[in-house]
Amino acid sequence: MGRMRNLLIPGVDKTLLVRDAVKTMPDLTRRRFIAGGASLGALTLLTGCDVTDQFSADEMLKRVSKFNDGVQALMFNPNAMAPTFPESAITKPFPFNAYYDLDDAPTVDGKTWKLEVRGLVENKKSWTLDELYQLPQVKQVTRHICVEGWSAIGSWTGTPLRDFLKVIGADTRAKYVWFQCADKDGYNSPLDMPTALHAQTQMTFKFGDEILPRAYGFPMKIRVPTKLGFKNPKYVMSMEVTNDYKGGFWEDQGYNSFSGS
Amino acid sequence: MSAVTVSGEQAASTKARVIQPAWVRALHWTNAFAMVLMIMSGWQIYNASPLFSFTFSKSITLGGWLGGALLWHFAAMWLLMVNGLIYLAVGLATGRFRKKLLPITPGGVISDTKAALTGKLSHTDLSKYNQVQKLLYAGVIILGILIVLSGLAIWKPVQLQYLAALFGDYEGARYVHFFCMAGIVAFMVVHVALALLVPKSLRAMIIGR
Repeated sequence: MGRMRNLLIPGVDKTLLVRDAVKTMPDLTRRRFIAGGASLGALTLLTGCDVTDQFSADEMLKRVSKFNDGVQALMFNPNAMAPTFPESAITKPFPFNAYYDLDDAPTVDGKTWKLEVRGLVENKKSWTLDELYQLPQVKQVTRHICVEGWSAIGSWTGTPLRDFLKVIGADTRAKYVWFQCADKDGYNSPLDMPTALHAQTQMTFKFGDEILPRAYGFPMKIRVPTKLGFKNPKYVMSMEVTNDYKGGFWEDQGYNSFSGS
Repeated sequence: MSAVTVSGEQAASTKARVIQPAWVRALHWTNAFAMVLMIMSGWQIYNASPLFSFTFSKSITLGGWLGGALLWHFAAMWLLMVNGLIYLAVGLATGRFRKKLLPITPGGVISDTKAALTGKLSHTDLSKYNQVQKLLYAGVIILGILIVLSGLAIWKPVQLQYLAALFGDYEGARYVHFFCMAGIVAFMVVHVALALLVPKSLRAMIIGR
């Protein structure tokens, strides 16, 4: 398909090209041309897939997924708390999970690391780990649910993200908080503002009362118990408050962007 | 005068011969299509984190990879839910469920099962379901309701946590969802086999008569 597109002359409107081609045919043929299944292939050649793309399953699925983003945003109740568990329910060992081996996980130097803050915020100063550790922290024992279907219960301690957004004077009318991470492929993910402001959404610094280990995202992970696991960025380097949908590592590959739980 | 009477009788007999009304057929085939999409994409999703020590062959799954399968699953779910809700609403409102599926008695099911296994079950009147059919159809409707509810619980274990709790929380809902799928697939195997054994029942579900 891509190769076909390249064969077309740049700047030529493909829709107009087809319309012109169709006009040159007699009426009866034209009708057959449009109706005929085989001719759809010919049309495809002419247009470099534009015609079929409009009816393709891929396009339909993307649209439904976008619709499902909206439905989930409507279903999201900011006051509904994710179930919490006793410490005895914590999954041991808590799984390391990434699309790479633990050996390839980012190694961040906590002494030089700074959380960069960008976008629609009043105070864009960067934060050292020591400064972040001074913020009030809370502990939650909640369930992490992976998009793959498995789940694990963990103990997470850190600062509610909404408190931090207040501290930095973020415009909470903005649509997203977009996180960028230290993963080698530049993992990133957008979080919708209502979820960012949820009481349990947390800038996590500790796992099981100990400094967040490298496996779980040292120095900082965003823990979002109302979302699937891949919407919980690890090794966070920066956050940006924005109205633009900037996509994400998994979202761009087809996982539903809202992915609420 | 006689011509009028004859055509009137013909009309009456044609009407009487309609075994499956159009709405039942439309909803049945839409359901079959949606179910197949849901099951095949569901198998691919299952493969990402299997509950048991087996996975489904890639050749019978839909979506290509987990992300694709999830897109199919969460698209076909609307078709299944809307179709299923219409089916339940019309089935209850018209009294079809009550007329066609009730009563089911243990004695009736046992005697009809024996008759079916010995080849003695009558198929002359397809508009009346035997006790085995009644049990299977009522059972698969219940499985259909359970699979949608457990599916919603897996999809939204926080927003619908009270629903999830009914199934013994998120992990419990996954097992219920799986076993309902297995039940529906088992039903489909028997259902399709029987439809092929009594081809006029398949014809009735396609053209109504």
